[in-house]
Amino acid sequence: MSEIQLPIYLDYAATTPVDDRVAEEMCRYLTRGGCYGNAASRSHALGWEAERAVERAREQVAALVGADPREIIWTSGATESDNLALKGAAHFYQKKGRHIVTLKTEHKAVLDSCRQLEREGFEVTYLEPEPDGLLDLDRLGAALRDDTILVSIMHVNNEIGVIQDLEAIGGLTRERGIVFHVDAAQSAGKLPIDLGALPVDLMSFSGHKIYGPKGIGALYVRRKPRVRLEAQMHGGGHERGLRSGTLPTHQIVGMGEAFRIAAEEMEAEAARLQALRERLWSGLAQMEEVYLNGHPERRVAGILNCSFNFVEGESLIMALRDIAVSSGSACTSASLEPSYVLRALGRDDELAHSSIRFSLGRYTTEAEIDHTVELVRAAVGRLRDLSPLWEMHQEGVDLKSVEWAAH
Amino acid sequence: MAYSDKVIDHYENPRNVGSMDKADHSVGTGMVGAPACGDVMKLQIRVNDAGVIEDAKFKTYGCGSAIASSSLLTEWVKGKTLEEAGSIKNTEIAEELALPPVKIHCSVLAEDAIKAAIDDYRKKGGGAAEVAPVDEDSGAA
Repeated sequence: MSEIQLPIYLDYAATTPVDDRVAEEMCRYLTRGGCYGNAASRSHALGWEAERAVERAREQVAALVGADPREIIWTSGATESDNLALKGAAHFYQKKGRHIVTLKTEHKAVLDSCRQLEREGFEVTYLEPEPDGLLDLDRLGAALRDDTILVSIMHVNNEIGVIQDLEAIGGLTRERGIVFHVDAAQSAGKLPIDLGALPVDLMSFSGHKIYGPKGIGALYVRRKPRVRLEAQMHGGGHERGLRSGTLPTHQIVGMGEAFRIAAEEMEAEAARLQALRERLWSGLAQMEEVYLNGHPERRVAGILNCSFNFVEGESLIMALRDIAVSSGSACTSASLEPSYVLRALGRDDELAHSSIRFSLGRYTTEAEIDHTVELVRAAVGRLRDLSPLWEMHQEGVDLKSVEWAAH
Repeated sequence: MAYSDKVIDHYENPRNVGSMDKADHSVGTGMVGAPACGDVMKLQIRVNDAGVIEDAKFKTYGCGSAIASSSLLTEWVKGKTLEEAGSIKNTEIAEELALPPVKIHCSVLAEDAIKAAIDDYRKKGGGAAEVAPVDEDSGAA
């Protein structure tokens, strides 16, 4: 068995290392010996070469998701794509209506853009997900109104990994002429996406979630039926006027290469990650009072989110310092902030506090998973030995019936 | 969150973890905090006839600072009279552990816990009646 390097990186949903093949490709577009021209320079070969590289990358991104390259707009990342999609569509279609529908478990880039639109006078409906994280279609249907112009629902949730039914959601929006935006930062390169068949109008992508560099993303903008946006970044009219700013050739080339590799390796990788995730879960679920967050089957291969009852999240993270994972609880302020995603699922604060997101990726090994299971079991066991709540639970006390002195 | 070496030491090697018999008349139990707030401390003391704390045990559900605060407190109260133990201030705990401002509430909780344990012991009829009741208003952060 190979030597395990610590910490074990299980935070691929936060970001991924750049694939060596991607980094190599990027390096060719930076220095004097490489292709450093401005893709907008039409007057010399260095510019033309850069433009060719940008367009090839555009084709690579489009190819992974079944889009036309002309439907891909470069941005600085999925956050900017979400901003451009929501604000751009809302501003363009505001004469038609000013109502937007989204889900409470969306990424902050979507929720915060919605908040901004509310300040501008738009009305936003934030739908509750089901306890398993999925969107109930009847609930969505009931929320749609004559003045609804935009629906934004993410493909794969970044915290719990559940997969929404884009085809069904898009069916509802398409028949009413409502623009449908999807944040696909966590699904592109992980799940098959065919925008040729999916009734989706706008889709956000990120480079660094799939082994490309940080600081680059893309927005898919459908041509047929055509979706219009109002630009949010003004300047030289790059990207057909939708997003001005000199194109970062090396970043774009990196994202293109990352998407190309994903298209080639996605199927085998997803199967491998699924097996590793199941191995991880079966190891953890042998403990008592461990709860899976999110739908058990409709989930992406690489993300496992679970809660360890009677253990406090921050102390668990402290005990797991040899594993790089994400906690559902951010105790950075005086008061603990349990994950808003888990709260929207109706999880108790206690369970939300003690949740851990394990996200697996391209370089995760079986040995790492086995070691992780050992470390987590030891940490949870030790903290439960320290926990008065665990003791009460063992004694058969119903913690819900206790009157706590809240502070 | 960067922890001080002392917090890490108490977190990794907590002193006096355990439980005593709640029904025992020589034992005082203090349980403070709430699961929804992210910390619950249980502190128990065994008091001898002279009013001296002979032993102390704790269990804490909470962050590293909460575990360290309660662990440290059990060390401090052993061998102290109830009056001495009841006069330990949260600021002393915070100072000893070099708690950052956002973790001061952990030391407050520890102070509340020892006061609650002393209270419980007295309510059971332990200790002398002439001892002044603990000041319940102290300890607010």
